[in-house]
Amino acid sequence: MSANWVLIVPAAAALLCVLPLRAPAGAAITLASAVAVLALTLDIAAQVEAGRTVVGLPGWIEADGLSALMLLVTAVVGTLAALYSWGYMAHTPARPWAVRGYYANLNLFLLSMLAVPLIVEPNVVWTAVELTTLLSVMLVAFENTREAVEAAWKYVVLTIMGASIALLGILVLYWAMKEAGGSEFTWAGLRAVAPQMAPRRVELAFLLILVGFGAKVGLVPLHTWLPDAHSQAPSPVCALLSGVETSSVLYVILRLLPILRAVPGQRLEAWVLAVGLISMAVAVFLLFRVRDYKRLFAISTVEHMGLILAAAGLGSSAAHFGLVWQVVTHALAKSFCFYAAGLALMATGTREISAVRGLIRTSAPAGAAMLLGGLAIAGAPPFAVFLSEFTIFRAGLADGHYVATGLLIALIALAFFGIMAPINRMVFGASDGAPDAGQGLPRTCLAAAALGAALVIVLGIYVPAPLHTLLRLAADVLGA
Amino acid sequence: MDAALSSLSWTVSLNALCCGLFLLCAFGMVAARQVRGCLEFFIAQSVFLAASAFLLGLQPFLWHLFVVGALTVLTKILLIPWLLGRMLHEELHTRREIDQRINIPTSLLIGLALAVFAYVLTAPLLPSGDGEVARTNLPIGLAAVLLGAYTLAVRREAMPSLFGLLSMESGALLAGIAIAPDMPLIAELVGAFDVLILAFIVGLFTRAIHRHIGSTDVGRLASLREEPAP
Repeated sequence: MSANWVLIVPAAAALLCVLPLRAPAGAAITLASAVAVLALTLDIAAQVEAGRTVVGLPGWIEADGLSALMLLVTAVVGTLAALYSWGYMAHTPARPWAVRGYYANLNLFLLSMLAVPLIVEPNVVWTAVELTTLLSVMLVAFENTREAVEAAWKYVVLTIMGASIALLGILVLYWAMKEAGGSEFTWAGLRAVAPQMAPRRVELAFLLILVGFGAKVGLVPLHTWLPDAHSQAPSPVCALLSGVETSSVLYVILRLLPILRAVPGQRLEAWVLAVGLISMAVAVFLLFRVRDYKRLFAISTVEHMGLILAAAGLGSSAAHFGLVWQVVTHALAKSFCFYAAGLALMATGTREISAVRGLIRTSAPAGAAMLLGGLAIAGAPPFAVFLSEFTIFRAGLADGHYVATGLLIALIALAFFGIMAPINRMVFGASDGAPDAGQGLPRTCLAAAALGAALVIVLGIYVPAPLHTLLRLAADVLGA
Repeated sequence: MDAALSSLSWTVSLNALCCGLFLLCAFGMVAARQVRGCLEFFIAQSVFLAASAFLLGLQPFLWHLFVVGALTVLTKILLIPWLLGRMLHEELHTRREIDQRINIPTSLLIGLALAVFAYVLTAPLLPSGDGEVARTNLPIGLAAVLLGAYTLAVRREAMPSLFGLLSMESGALLAGIAIAPDMPLIAELVGAFDVLILAFIVGLFTRAIHRHIGSTDVGRLASLREEPAP
């Protein structure tokens, strides 16, 4: 039952948010709904770990290990984003109706992202993915400046274009399944008849879906909208867009890989690794040209999505474990980076890297958060991202993918400098600004950032046994 | 030869005609010089999509495809033009040339190459029987998807971009009614709803863009980039 409630709770919260209540009501309702969803996803994860498949609506709403993990990640980031929004929106000058719309929209956006891993019928999953765009685009344009509208326009045009290509891919997949004698159009049903499917049809379907949804994940060459949209939105929305929206669309592509691998005579697997590596390389190149620190973190998302796809291309079960672990650590670290960027933006009022110097002296909390965020996402040792990246490297070397793993390591090392050089200047550079000890930063934002930092640090040192089991179950779904 | 022809049912032949006209409308959208022309080609294209869905639903009788056809008529022929007419009256009816990155004759040649490419890509997958509707619908659907993407890439106006997006969805649907006629209905219903939200949101943004830059020339939206502004 909890599977259905995961979708009902945010829908109800969205309705409540539209009501003309007093100012903090929308924030409180959103936070309460996010916490309730978090509790429900923990319940789903516990049931999955007990060996049960969670079924909400047979054939439509079901959750296995990978779904449970994606739900949990979405719910954690969603809860922190709701907490952060409370202070951020109070700090932002906006009309009361606009704020109510923001919270209603935020709940609907969360709903669409929770629906993607919960639904097992690919056609309806496609609809959920399309809704993640349509329900977040107004949030991207929330500030209603020329730049925000430009970013939202590019976002909606490129991702919906990709979605139409992916729709054709899903229809071809259905065709291939029917011709192979399958009757159940779900991930499991597809997997069951995959050995009988015509390889050329599955290849065309996979290619169309990889290109189409790849546009939404931010895979090169259709990544150009991503730094725009992920930098212009309000910071808590950026955290959701970069941290979980990209991964939950990548999840759909990952779901297809075990099906593709079960088809005899397919030739597409090598493409996955190549597309991942190319995305990483282009992102690393862009990192060195960036002038806006929110764009810096957004481009780093392109790099991490490339890394996750490359890990999928490596293909061993150890690489799959690293992959799902990377999805978790990236979501937590990247959302924390945007909380830090939001603090820096509130403290300095500018997004320009060159205009921010000595942040640690002018606003200690924002400076410390930026430093921690940069180190965490660049993959410095005590943080969780380091562990997950290391797992992927080890898996690649163990399977003899020396060239690919070497490239991965080189690109990540370059990205480390690309991210840390500007952050170092922003945090420690010589400044003439007077210290104000971070006064005026909203307390809920600081709390959300502190919780985010705690998660990234603790998971870098210690992985709780239930989480480890869930990661193992999620990796098993992707196949050996 | 005669026997083969007579064994083809009239619905299959008429469907082939509809698909051909559907593709012609996709080319029309690449070639249209004015926003109004783009809209008219889009509506005509939706009419042929609906006609194809009704024809394929006749023999053998599939009530499901009638729903798809009816939804197409409702959303793409009636509601979306009405909604856009309400939101953006001047935008749709002004008589001015649309700015285009590549001139129209070259665009048509590229479009032709895309259509051939769509056929080459799908040819190895097609069933061999003469009566198979997938033989017409799948390559033409893919061609319409590619032509829509091409329109998006070269048209620098907001409204033609929206028609490009919507016609891509129509192309996928045209292939879908032939290769996946028994898709669950919920997908079609939610899909139709999606298209409506899309048209509404793009309409809102078109107005916002007009407010911010004084025109709907989306090609001028270029302030976000990595390079320092010149």
